[in-house]
Amino acid sequence: MANGTIAIDDKSFLEEGTTKKATGIASWLFSTDHKRIGLMYLIAIAIFFFTGAILGVLMRLELIAPGRTIMDAQTYNTIFTLHGVIMIFLFIIPGIPAVFGNFFLPLQLGAKDVAFPRLNLLSFWIYLIGAALVLISLFVEGGPIDTGWTFYIPYSVRTTTNVSLAIFAAFVLGFSSILTGLNFVTTVHRLRAPGMTYFKMPLFVWSTYATAWIQIIATPVIGITILLVVLERLFGVGIFDPALGGDPVLFQHMFWIYSHPAVYIMILPAMGVVSEIIPTFARRTIFGYRAIAMSSLAIAFIGYLVWAHHMFTSGISETAAIIFSFLTFIVALPSAIKVFNWVATMYKGSIDPQPPFLWVMSFIFLFSIGGLTGLVLGALVTDVHVHDTYFVVAHFHYVMFGGTGTIFFAALYYWFPKMTGKMYNLKLAKFNAALFFVAFNTLYFPKFIMGYMGMPRRYYDYLPEFQNLQVVSTVGSWLMIIVICLIIYNLLSGLLNGSKAEANPWGGVTLEWHIASPPPLENFHEIPEVTHEPYDFSQLKNMKYGLKGESK
Amino acid sequence: MQEHHNNETHQISYSTYLLVWVSLLALTSITVTVAGVHLGDYTLFVALMIAAIKSALVINIFMHIKFEDPIFKVFLGISGFTLLVIFSLTFFDYIYR
Repeated sequence: MANGTIAIDDKSFLEEGTTKKATGIASWLFSTDHKRIGLMYLIAIAIFFFTGAILGVLMRLELIAPGRTIMDAQTYNTIFTLHGVIMIFLFIIPGIPAVFGNFFLPLQLGAKDVAFPRLNLLSFWIYLIGAALVLISLFVEGGPIDTGWTFYIPYSVRTTTNVSLAIFAAFVLGFSSILTGLNFVTTVHRLRAPGMTYFKMPLFVWSTYATAWIQIIATPVIGITILLVVLERLFGVGIFDPALGGDPVLFQHMFWIYSHPAVYIMILPAMGVVSEIIPTFARRTIFGYRAIAMSSLAIAFIGYLVWAHHMFTSGISETAAIIFSFLTFIVALPSAIKVFNWVATMYKGSIDPQPPFLWVMSFIFLFSIGGLTGLVLGALVTDVHVHDTYFVVAHFHYVMFGGTGTIFFAALYYWFPKMTGKMYNLKLAKFNAALFFVAFNTLYFPKFIMGYMGMPRRYYDYLPEFQNLQVVSTVGSWLMIIVICLIIYNLLSGLLNGSKAEANPWGGVTLEWHIASPPPLENFHEIPEVTHEPYDFSQLKNMKYGLKGESK
Repeated sequence: MQEHHNNETHQISYSTYLLVWVSLLALTSITVTVAGVHLGDYTLFVALMIAAIKSALVINIFMHIKFEDPIFKVFLGISGFTLLVIFSLTFFDYIYR
C-alpha cells in the first residue's frame, strides 16, 4: 500500500506525520500524507482567495463613481487582470480538488493514501512555484500583466508588461493540475476498498474522478498555447499575431479548448460536494444516484465540445457558431439532471438545516441563475447583444463564485469537524450563510441589469446613468468582504478555542464518518469492507460513530 | 489490488528501434518536403496524417503501449478520441469561414 507501516496507536494525522526526522513546519512541508497536503493547499488557497477578494473590492471602490476615484486606468487594468488570474488559476481551479479531493478522496474510497503520495507532494510544490512566479511577475521590470486573465492576442503579444512570466506561471500551475488528476484517476482505479464497486463510490468521488480526466486531457492544451505565445513574444514567430501572418482567432480556439473544460474542473467537484451534503442533511438516500454519477461523466465529455461559445462575436464561421450554440444547450442537460435529483432528494426528507445545508441552498439558487443566464449567452441572437458586457461578468460570477465558491465554503463547514476535530460556532455559521446570500446578490445582480443596458466589462469609466447600480454593487462588495472575514474568524476561533467535535456530528454515512476526527495517519486501522450503498442511512445505527458521536 | 497480470516485459530488438527511428526521420523529411509543395486544401490533411503515423509509432514502440494491458489502450484511446473531436469541431470554423 501507499505508505509503509500501519499506525497502531490513536494519534491523529495532526500529531503524527509521515516524516521520521523532520519536525515542526518541515514535517508538514515534506509530508506525503494526503491529509496534510490537503490542509497545506487549503492555507495557500485561502491566502490567494483573500488577496483576490481584496483586489475585487478595490476594483469596486474605483467604480463607485465615474472617472478616477482611487487609481489610474493602467492600475485598474492590472488589478482586474490579477483578480482574474489569482481567482482562476490559484483559487478556483485547484480549489476543491486540491483541498477536499486530496483530503477526502482516499477516505471515501477506504484507502490509506492516494496512489502516488510523493507525486502528490510534488504537485503541491509545483503549485507553490507557479504561485511564486506570479508574484515575481508583479515586481520585475515591465510591471504586472494587464491583458485580462484571458491573455487575448494581439494585445498580449504587444504589451510591454510581464506577460511572458505571468503566463509561464500558468503553464507551471498546469503541471500541478495534471499530476493531481493522474493521481486521482489512478487512486480511483486501484485503491478502492474491497466491496466498493464503481456504483458504490460516493458521488464526490465520481465527480472528482470526472474532473481528474479533464485535468489530464485538457490542461496540456493551455500549456502548448502558452508556450506558443511566449515563443511569439520572444522570437516574433507569426502564429497568432495577424501583423506577422498569424491568426488571433486560433489563439482564442486554443485558449478556450482548455479554459472551457476548465470551467467544469471548477464546478464538477462542487457538484460532488452538494451530492454529499444533501443526503446527509435530508437523512435520505440520494435520488437518482446513477443519473448523477453518469451526468458527471457526461458533463466532463460534452464540456469539451462547447468552447467556441466564448467566440460568437470573434469572427468564427456561422456554421461553427450554430453547432457550438446547439452543443451549449446540450451541456445544460446533465447539469439540470443533477439539480432536479438534488431537489428530489430533499422531497419528504427529514431536513436538518445546519450551516453546510444552508450554503447548499444558496448554491442551488445562485447556480440556477448562473446556469440559466448561461443559456442567454449560449443563444446566438442574445449573445450578440450582451457579449463582453457586465452580463457576462454577472453570469460567470454566479456560476463560479455562486457555484464553486459557495460550495467551497459549504465543504469547509461540512468537513471542518472531520479535518480538525474541532467545532465552530453554528449560529454564526448560519448567519454567515444568510448574509452571504444577501451580499452576493447585492454585489452581482446589478451587473445583469447594467450588462443588459450595455455597460461593457473591463471598462475603467462609465456613463452617469450606470452610477446608481454601480454603487449598489460596490456596497455588495463591502458586505461580501465582511462575510469572508466572518468565515475566517469563525473557523479560526473554532480551530483555536472551539469545542471538541463529535466524530460524526452530522450523521453522515460515507466512509470518512466511520473513523475518528481528526483521522489517524493512515486513515483506517483496518481497510473497511464495503457492504452498503453509499447513502444507505440504515447503517447509521450500527456504525461505530453513530449520530452525534455515540461511540459503540 | 495491485497484482500484475503479465510480469514478463516484452523485449524490443535494437533493430526495431533503429527502424522506427529511421522511419520517424523519413516522415519528418516528408513533412518538410510536402510543406513546399502546393497541395491546396490537402496540405493540412497530409501534415496531420503524417503526424498521426509518427505519434502511433512513438506511442506503440517507444512507449511500449502495444505490449501493455488493455486498460492503458482504453485510456489513450479516450484521449486520442477527444483530440480528434476537438480537431473536427475546430474545422467547422476554418472550413466554413
